[in-house]
Amino acid sequence: MPTYQLNINGESRSVEVSEDTPLLWVLRDNLNLVGTKYGCGIALCGSCTIHLDGTAVRSCALTIAQVEGKSITTIEGLSKDGSHPVQEAWKEVDVPQCGYCQTGQIMTASAFLKNNPNPTEDEIKDAMHGNICRCASYTRIYKAVEKAASKMA
Amino acid sequence: MKTSSLAGGGLLIGFNLFNACKPSAKPPVNLAELNYNDFNAFIKIADNGAVTIFSPNPEIGQGVKTSMPMIIAEELDVAWKDVYVRQGILDTNNYTRQVAGGSQSIRFGWDPLRETGATARQMLVNAAAARWGVDPSECTTNEGVISNAAGDKLGYGEVVNEAAALQIPEDVALKDVKDYKIIGTDASNVDIDKIITGEPLFGLDYKSEGMVIASVMRPPAFGQKLESYNDTASMAVDGVIEVLKFGDKIAVLGKDTWSAMKGKKALKAEWKADSKLESTEDHDKLLLGLLDGNKFETLRTDGNVKKAFAEADKVLERTYESPFLPHNCLEPMNFYANVTPEKIHLVGPIQTPEGTAKHIAKLLERDFEDVHLEMTRQGGGFGRRLYGDFAVEAAEISNLAKKPVKVVFSRDDDMADGIYRPAIKYRIKAAVKDGKVTGYHLKEAAINSNMYGLIPNFFPAGAIENYQVDVAKYQSNITTGAWRAPYTNFLAFAEQSFFDELAELMEVDKIQLRLDLLQKVKGTTDERIQYSPERMEKVIKKAVEKSGWGTKPEGVYQGFVNYYCHNSHVAEVADVVLENGTPVVKKITCVVDCGIVINPLGALNQIEGGVIDGIGHSMYGDFAFEDGMPMSTNFDKYRLIRIKEAPIVETHLMKNEFSPTGLGEPTLPPAGGAIANAFKAATGKRLYKQPFSKYPELLKGPEKEIIG
Repeated sequence: MPTYQLNINGESRSVEVSEDTPLLWVLRDNLNLVGTKYGCGIALCGSCTIHLDGTAVRSCALTIAQVEGKSITTIEGLSKDGSHPVQEAWKEVDVPQCGYCQTGQIMTASAFLKNNPNPTEDEIKDAMHGNICRCASYTRIYKAVEKAASKMA
Repeated sequence: MKTSSLAGGGLLIGFNLFNACKPSAKPPVNLAELNYNDFNAFIKIADNGAVTIFSPNPEIGQGVKTSMPMIIAEELDVAWKDVYVRQGILDTNNYTRQVAGGSQSIRFGWDPLRETGATARQMLVNAAAARWGVDPSECTTNEGVISNAAGDKLGYGEVVNEAAALQIPEDVALKDVKDYKIIGTDASNVDIDKIITGEPLFGLDYKSEGMVIASVMRPPAFGQKLESYNDTASMAVDGVIEVLKFGDKIAVLGKDTWSAMKGKKALKAEWKADSKLESTEDHDKLLLGLLDGNKFETLRTDGNVKKAFAEADKVLERTYESPFLPHNCLEPMNFYANVTPEKIHLVGPIQTPEGTAKHIAKLLERDFEDVHLEMTRQGGGFGRRLYGDFAVEAAEISNLAKKPVKVVFSRDDDMADGIYRPAIKYRIKAAVKDGKVTGYHLKEAAINSNMYGLIPNFFPAGAIENYQVDVAKYQSNITTGAWRAPYTNFLAFAEQSFFDELAELMEVDKIQLRLDLLQKVKGTTDERIQYSPERMEKVIKKAVEKSGWGTKPEGVYQGFVNYYCHNSHVAEVADVVLENGTPVVKKITCVVDCGIVINPLGALNQIEGGVIDGIGHSMYGDFAFEDGMPMSTNFDKYRLIRIKEAPIVETHLMKNEFSPTGLGEPTLPPAGGAIANAFKAATGKRLYKQPFSKYPELLKGPEKEIIG
C-alpha cells in the first residue's frame, strides 16, 4: 500500500493506506482523530465536515490521494481547548442533544463565518443547510452561529 | 443501598434505583467484599469534597446524563459546579430499569434518585453530629458543608469516612419544591466540552487493542435467505482478514472500517425467497381491507357506537394513512464485543442494556454474570437502539472469530436493515346528534403490531358516551418496532385533524369543541383514563393565549392540536403563511405540562427537537418497499428535515408541583396535526396521508383573484 504524507492540524502525518481510502476513515481509523463523524458516506449529511485549505468539505467523499499536500483541519485542530468562538457559542447556547453531528456543524459554521463575518439570517441557513441534525436542534444551531458571528465581528 | 469507604479515602454510596431505601436498613457493605471496578452504582465523595455521580440510564440525546444526577445533587445538597458525572455501566444488582424508552427515565427515577441523595446527605450529617456530640436535627447543610447550632462547620469530605461506617437511615426527609437550588435551573449538557472538541464519546469512537471491524452482509430483501456465497474477491481486498458466515448473514472482518466495507462490496452472494417478498402497494390494499372488514380486537368500548351512528343527525368518517419510517440515528448502528472464555465484554450504544446482555448470554450459552456491558454516549436512539440486533451480531461474530470485533453498519445497512415504524392506517367515525358528539369509533390497521393498551384511554376516551377502539394487524416479514412516540406519532395527527373537521361539520369553534369534551371527563371515576382534563384544559387555554389564536393578521393561518402521551399534556399551534402559493410553517407555539422541570435548558431542547422532528417526518418521511426491498437507503432518496425548513419554536412550560413526566417524546405527535390543520386554513385542502410533501397538489393556496 502506498504511503501518504498529510498536513493535519499543522502537523505532518504519514499514513499507509490504499489510494481509494476516504479521508474520513484515515482520520478516524489511522490517525485516531475520531471527532470527524461518519453519517452517510455520500457527502449528504455533513457529519464528516473538515477544512481543506480553509474550505469546509466532506471528508467521506475525498480520497486520501486527493488531499495529499493540502492543509487539513479537523475539529481537534480548530482550537486546542474548545476556545474557538464557534465552539464557545455552541457551549453558551447548549446546542447538542445527542451531539453526534455537532462537530460537523461547528466545522461548517467556522469556515462559513471566516468568509462571511456578518451574515444575514438567510445566509446562515443557506450555509448550514447541508448539515443534518437528526435530533433537530436547528433553532439552537442557528442561534449559536449568530452568536459566534457577533463574537468574531 | 450500599455504602463503603474507598481505599483512597472517600465514600461510595450505592443505590438500587427503585428499590432504594427499603424499609429494612442494612449495615454498610464490607469494603473487602467490594470489587471497585465492578461496583459503579454510587455517589462518590472524595476527601476533598469533590462529588462524582454515576448516571445509570442510557444517554441517547434526551439529556438524562445531566438531569438524573441533578436530582441526586439537589437532595445531597452539593453545588452543581462541584459535581462530576460519569455514565454508569449495566449493573443489575444496583440499578433497575436501565432503559431509555417511553420517556420514563425521569418519571420513574424521580423518587429513588431524590431518596438516594437525601440518604447520603443524612449519613454525612449524622457523622458530623456524632463528631460534635450534638443531635443531627440541629445540623444544617449547604452546598457540601454541614453546620451546627454553635456555628461549627465540616465539609462533606471531612466526614465521609465516618459516614461510611454508619447505619443507613430510614425515612429521610426530602426537600420542599420551594427549597430547590439545582432542580429548575439551567444546566449545560454534562458532555458539552467533549462534544464540541470531538473527543471520543460514541460507540463508533470506541477502540480496543486488536479490535477488527465487521461489515455484515444481510439478506437484501425481507423474506430472503442465504443460498450461497463466494468470498474470493473479498479476501483479495487489502486489509480484509476473514469472511465468516453466521446464520443467513456474512461478516467481512477488516483491519479497519474501509477495508471491511470494501470487502463486503466485493462479496458475491445468492439469495432465495423463503417467504413472500412484500411491497407497499400490497400493504396499502391489505390494510384498507382490514379497515373495511369486521375482524377486529376491541380494546375499549363504552355505550353502543352502532346505536349512536344509527340515531345520528350527522356522521363523519375519515381514513388516515402513514408509511413505514426508518429511525436514521445519525450514528449508524454499531457495537463492540469481545467474547472470551472468561467474559463477554460489550461496549456501545444501546437503549436496553439489560435485555440485550441477557439475550446474548442465552444465545452463547453463558452465564449472565459473564457479561460486562458498558454504554457509550449514543448518536440518537429514537427507539432503534431498543433492539440489540447489532450487539447480538457483534457477540456472535466475536465468538466465532475469537477476536474483539466491532460491527459497523453503513448508512445503507442502517436504513435497509431497520426495525421500522410500521405502516399504519386509521379510520375514525363520529356521530353528531342535537349538536353534540354522541359516538366515536377509532379503528387501527397496522403492520405487525397494534397500539399499546393505554392509548384507548387517551383523549377523547371518557368524553363521548358511545366510544369504541378496534384494532387489526397484518403479519409481515418486514421487521418493525418502536419509533419515537410509537403509534401516537401518527395517531395524534389523525385524531386532531378529525376533530378540526368535526368542528367544521358541527359549525362550532374548534377550541370550544375540545374544551366542551374535556368538561365531561372532569370528576370521572373511570380509573383507566390516562389524561387529566384539568391539566389539558389549562394547557389548551395557555396555548390559545400565547399563540394569539384567532387574532393573527391576514395572511397568517393557524392550526391547533392538544395531545396527551407519555404522561405529559401538550398543546401546539402552528403559524403558516403562503409563500409563492405554498404553505410554509413559520412558528410553532408549544405549551407543555410535564410537571416539575428538572433542567429547563435541556427540556427546551427536547421540546424544540421533538416539534421539528414531528414536522420533518410528517412532511418528508417516506419509506416504501418493493419486493421486500426498501426503495431508499441513503439521504439521496430519503429526506430528513434541514435547517431551512425548521420553524421557530416558542415554548411555554406550565408551572406546577406535579412529579415530573416524560419529555423525549410528547411534543412530537402534536406537530404533524398542528401543521396539517394550519395548511387546511391556508389552502382549504385537508391532508389525510403522510408524508405531506408527497401530495404537492394539496399544498397549494387558493388561486387569487387578479384585480385590475
